[in-house]
Amino acid sequence: MARPTLAHDTERTPFMSKALPTAVILIGALYCLVPVAWVLVASTKSRSELFTTFTFAPGTGFIENLKDLFAYGGGQYVSWAFNSLLYAGVGAVLSVVVSAMAGYGLAKYQFRGRNLIFYAILAGVLIPGITLAIPQYLLMSQIGFAGSYASVLLPVIVSPFGIYLCRVFAAASVPVETIEAARLDGAGEARIFTNIGVPMMLPGMVTVFMLQFVGIWNNFLLPFIMLSDQDKYPITVGLYTLLSKGSGEPALYSIAIIGAAVSIIPLVALLLFLQRFWRLDLISGGLKG
Amino acid sequence: MTTTTTTPTTTSTGSTRTPKKRTRSPIAPYVFVAPAVVLYIAFLLVPMLYSIYLSFRGMRLVSGGAFGKRKSVFIGFENYISALTDPEFIAGFGRLAIYGAIAIPLTLGLALLFALLLDLGATRAKRFSRTSIFIPYAVPGVVATLMWGFMYLPLTSPFSYITRELGWGTIPFLEDPWIFGSVANIAIWGGVGFNMIIIYTSLRGIPSELYDAARIDGANEWQIAMRVKVPLVTPALVLTGLFAVIGTLQVYGEPTTLRPMTSAISQTWVPLMTIYRDAFVRDDLPRAAASSVFLAVITVVLSVILLRLTQKRAFGGES
Repeated sequence: MARPTLAHDTERTPFMSKALPTAVILIGALYCLVPVAWVLVASTKSRSELFTTFTFAPGTGFIENLKDLFAYGGGQYVSWAFNSLLYAGVGAVLSVVVSAMAGYGLAKYQFRGRNLIFYAILAGVLIPGITLAIPQYLLMSQIGFAGSYASVLLPVIVSPFGIYLCRVFAAASVPVETIEAARLDGAGEARIFTNIGVPMMLPGMVTVFMLQFVGIWNNFLLPFIMLSDQDKYPITVGLYTLLSKGSGEPALYSIAIIGAAVSIIPLVALLLFLQRFWRLDLISGGLKG
Repeated sequence: MTTTTTTPTTTSTGSTRTPKKRTRSPIAPYVFVAPAVVLYIAFLLVPMLYSIYLSFRGMRLVSGGAFGKRKSVFIGFENYISALTDPEFIAGFGRLAIYGAIAIPLTLGLALLFALLLDLGATRAKRFSRTSIFIPYAVPGVVATLMWGFMYLPLTSPFSYITRELGWGTIPFLEDPWIFGSVANIAIWGGVGFNMIIIYTSLRGIPSELYDAARIDGANEWQIAMRVKVPLVTPALVLTGLFAVIGTLQVYGEPTTLRPMTSAISQTWVPLMTIYRDAFVRDDLPRAAASSVFLAVITVVLSVILLRLTQKRAFGGES
């Protein structure tokens, strides 16, 4: 025992020192779960129950609401879900490929223009992507792409933050010696990247994939600006239109609520599943300069 | 980027500086970065430059002939002057400041608090809490707004239900000035979990010998948290703070989604909403472009100020 006060302090409040932190963090957990619980409960309420019964009392209209949801606009909800999956899935995969290649190139080679590219990418992290949405829309209209799937997919592929993370991760996880050894064995640069670089960078790439997937899935302004055809909407824009019409047509509220409930379940599941593969320490670790 | 505290090797990226006595195909690195560079130019640089170009143009009557013709001409800073003298656009920044003053400190403060609690040996139910607090990250802002919006609406709000039962009446979540807290709350709810994880992973990276040393010196858990842990996770706090500031300036989806439920949110409630209105409702693209450029400049300036104030070289690449 170094000092008597130390032992005294920890012994005095064995209950409080455990209960207080646990209580505080459980309140935090509750705060985060309440809206999710609310939307799940509300999705079971019929239209008349929504505004009349106690807000956390389960209702009787779950099946009815589900039918309404999938019948709305001739099955538009299914298209929205499919579109969200398409934008986020394809966008995130392409984004990871582009980021991993660029990050690896920037980390493992010396070449003219490397620093210029790196600083341009850092600047890109600071520029709010969203303020680019309007000029992107104008440029897309000029080449006749506005309103297409490509108009939402293409701008999200390049992710300055993703490239930055991949560069940090390539620098930290792919040893130069391994690359050198492969070169001595006569492997080409592309082969070294795909057979040695990519497997070593995989945890970092999963992280970038998740960040991009969630980012695109949650995106609202870009598809909102780019798209006019409701069948090409992602879930976010689709639910927004339901809600904005809902003030004049309350029946749509029920559809919006169950639509929200159904949409968060797969993403939460995906997130919980991929959580173990995350290397989020990358994000903060990259800062230790 | 900022000061001249050049370190020759950085811990995380140090391996890039190795002797260059190797022969390699000089094209390879360019092939690797080419897709990123092409997309960067096409979807960041060109739109940015186009925005700047557009912000100096305007439709003006060009005299000549029997009818005056409207043509796009160079008009200098007129769009900037008209945007910056628009009281509604400026008021949008004021509302953004109030919103940010609530959302940013609470998001970061709660994220830090929860991260410290997760890192504390005595805390129970860690796995459950960590997962629960992280879940909102997977919920799109629009969906979060929809859920909270109903929890604010007097008829469906569980909070107002309780206060009515207690005889205190309905909580005016969707009226001024409560609306600021209500919108900020949606951002806090969505942001705490992700920031908590970043700070927590950063905490896990601290060698435990440091705590042992502090304990031998008689520090209690609170002192260890404040004097050892918080200073050591400052880089993570700076990064999360930076993203919180950038995120605040880009607020759009939440107030737009909440608008159908309340009259307290105008069409120009935050700057991006004004920009959207100028571009697509008023069809005044040059002014929208000028406002966008202004917003981007503000973002960069604020980010640089933040990084300077904290005296940390975030994004520790080589300088």
